[in-house]
Amino acid sequence: MHADPKGVLTGVHFLDGDHACCEGTLAAGARFAAGYPITPSTEVVERFASRIPTVGGIFIQMEDELAASIAIQGAVWAGAKAFTVTSGPGFSLMMEHIGLAAMTETPCVFVDVQRGGPSTGLPTLPGQADMMQARWGSHGDYGIIALCPNSPQECFDLTIQAFNLSEEFRVPVMMMMDECVGHMTEKVVIPEPDQIEITPRRYTKLPPEEYRPFEPREDLVPDMARTGEGYRFHITGLTHDERGYPNMSVETQDRLVRRLLAKLNPLANGRSLCETENLEDADVVVVSYGITSRVAQRAIQLARSRGIRAGKFRLITAWPFPAERIRELAGRVKAFVVPELNLGQMVLEVERAAAGQAKVIPVSHAGGTVHNPDTILNAIVEAAR
Amino acid sequence: MTPTTLEIPDGAQNPVEPFLRMDRMPHIWCPGCGIGTTVNCFTRALLDSKVNLDKVAIVSGIGCTGRVAGYARLDSFHTTHGRAIPFATGMKLANPELQVVVYSGDGDLFAIGGNHFIHAARRNMDLKVICVNNMTYAMTGGQSSSTTPAHVISATAPYGAFEPTFNLVALAEAAGASYVARWTTYHVKQLSRSMEEVLHKKGFCFIEVLSPCPTLYQRRNKMGDGLDAMKYYKQASKIRNGAPTGECTLSKSGEIVVGKFVDRDRPDYLELLRAQMTEALGERYVESEASCSC
Ligand SMILES: Cc1ncc(C[n+]2csc(CCOP(=O)(O)OP(=O)(O)O)c2C)c(N)n1
Ligand code: SF4
Repeated sequence: MHADPKGVLTGVHFLDGDHACCEGTLAAGARFAAGYPITPSTEVVERFASRIPTVGGIFIQMEDELAASIAIQGAVWAGAKAFTVTSGPGFSLMMEHIGLAAMTETPCVFVDVQRGGPSTGLPTLPGQADMMQARWGSHGDYGIIALCPNSPQECFDLTIQAFNLSEEFRVPVMMMMDECVGHMTEKVVIPEPDQIEITPRRYTKLPPEEYRPFEPREDLVPDMARTGEGYRFHITGLTHDERGYPNMSVETQDRLVRRLLAKLNPLANGRSLCETENLEDADVVVVSYGITSRVAQRAIQLARSRGIRAGKFRLITAWPFPAERIRELAGRVKAFVVPELNLGQMVLEVERAAAGQAKVIPVSHAGGTVHNPDTILNAIVEAAR
Repeated sequence: MTPTTLEIPDGAQNPVEPFLRMDRMPHIWCPGCGIGTTVNCFTRALLDSKVNLDKVAIVSGIGCTGRVAGYARLDSFHTTHGRAIPFATGMKLANPELQVVVYSGDGDLFAIGGNHFIHAARRNMDLKVICVNNMTYAMTGGQSSSTTPAHVISATAPYGAFEPTFNLVALAEAAGASYVARWTTYHVKQLSRSMEEVLHKKGFCFIEVLSPCPTLYQRRNKMGDGLDAMKYYKQASKIRNGAPTGECTLSKSGEIVVGKFVDRDRPDYLELLRAQMTEALGERYVESEASCSC
């Protein structure tokens, strides 16, 4: 399906990442947003608030992030594509509802423009320290998808992908931006609507008598029904059976929770998004994401100019983590260098995947600015020894 | 208002069966619990109001009352503790055709969810909020709630509660609700009628229902069983429609003022939104479509 032209601002623009993300939501077909102001993310919904009345849809500023993160889920079950936007402290408040969305398989998008933490931290400065929270922040076992743009153009493109993936897998998808990417202004090309692929919601074709809300199809994802159309379905955050009815048995719990994770396997293995360069002959691979990947790019160039065989592995899908690809690389490279604006988060995943086959060298940074490329370069040089 | 004679459908034992998920019976509520009584009233209100049941959605939070959504044969949503109202807000705004009912307990709606309640009332969001007030957190074992009256013993007030309580009807009125009523599970006719009334009223409507929790609240306070609660409700209630809500505070064993206190017309959220956007944008304003087909 192609994008609804009403939401697509076709043309060449000069936009910051937050604004580009907003245009991505509109192009993706989002017609409902709920938010609560927080730096450095608010521009996304500010733009949505100014655009949506002439496109047709709703923006509501809720009383807090708990409200925003569940209002979008009500909107989704009523038939809309919906999202919310926040940063650190607000993301923390949203955790219970990320779990609800995972449990009830509600397709929706959470945009987190990361700033320095913990707590109020560095409201106006970048961080990448919510990466583990995005994956594990709500209680219980569940899976999510997280995407990491590194430019305003990608804020646009990946936001559309985020919506598409959320519909395909029926999971909450996190757009893990950072303050730099959110606030940097660059060229953003918005294509014609018929050049934008949109994944429609998976509505059941069965009549109400035959429909079972959590009966998965072959790909382990069940089809949805829309409120108000006579299906009289039940949705609960309690452990539920295929009818959607609460069921406290160990077997139901096992079947449900395993499926919530297993349905994401295709994305973990093979379909994960990443950008690679010079991996063929690489001795050292720099694994990075978001704004840090742009600093790493410079470090890799400098290393190459010194004759070090450095390669690039940029995570675009951070979750599910592309463990197989890293494992495969680990068998033939000397080391991974992992710079990130935190004290060591995704590096743990790289270590886990590399499983001792290659050295893994973190280049940590507490946040507030980006790395100095020389710091990453030094780590590459060290690793290549 | 003409009371409907309730037909018992073929194969059913009770006229409300078509409104319930009979395949989920027996329900979890204790003998003598008032929640079932309120559900009975609600199903009668649905029937009498003649609303299109396919367009009614029911949203609950968490608690004994929170289980209502799971038994109603409607599109039904059992959400998170305290957050039924914001979920319902999103649902209503994304598809204004829906009649969205929020059905939850006093702890859910007024302690953890209190902020959402006052803001939805302030916005005059077109939601029908039914609060079963058993004056305790029943699901978790009878702890104090923001409505537990002074001197009541609860699991977390073993020497007696002493915090001042919320007067829910006064709170609702002050926050901006269009309709505010209070009944008890003794007042089944009046409660059904109020529920029916709100199904036809626009804006934020609130009904508080005092309801017994014999298992925890009453037992711990030596207040007898469900029947004793009915006797108390009967003897202590005074119907005072239009009473100033500020005078309707509740206590452990004092008078219970019941009735319809507020019934006023204020533009609801969507009307206000439309008016403002039309004023600011004129022809450029595009109304939100009732649920896109994406
Ligand atoms: C975030 C969160 N905190 C606490 C709980 C535990 N909990 C479940 S129900 C409940 C209280 C319910 O009380 P009330 O809303 O008055 O409903 P009742 O059971 O009395 O009908 C609590 C505290 C929870 N489920 N979620
Ligand atoms: S514990 Fe109390 S409120 Fe809960 S079902 Fe039993 S009687 Fe009703």
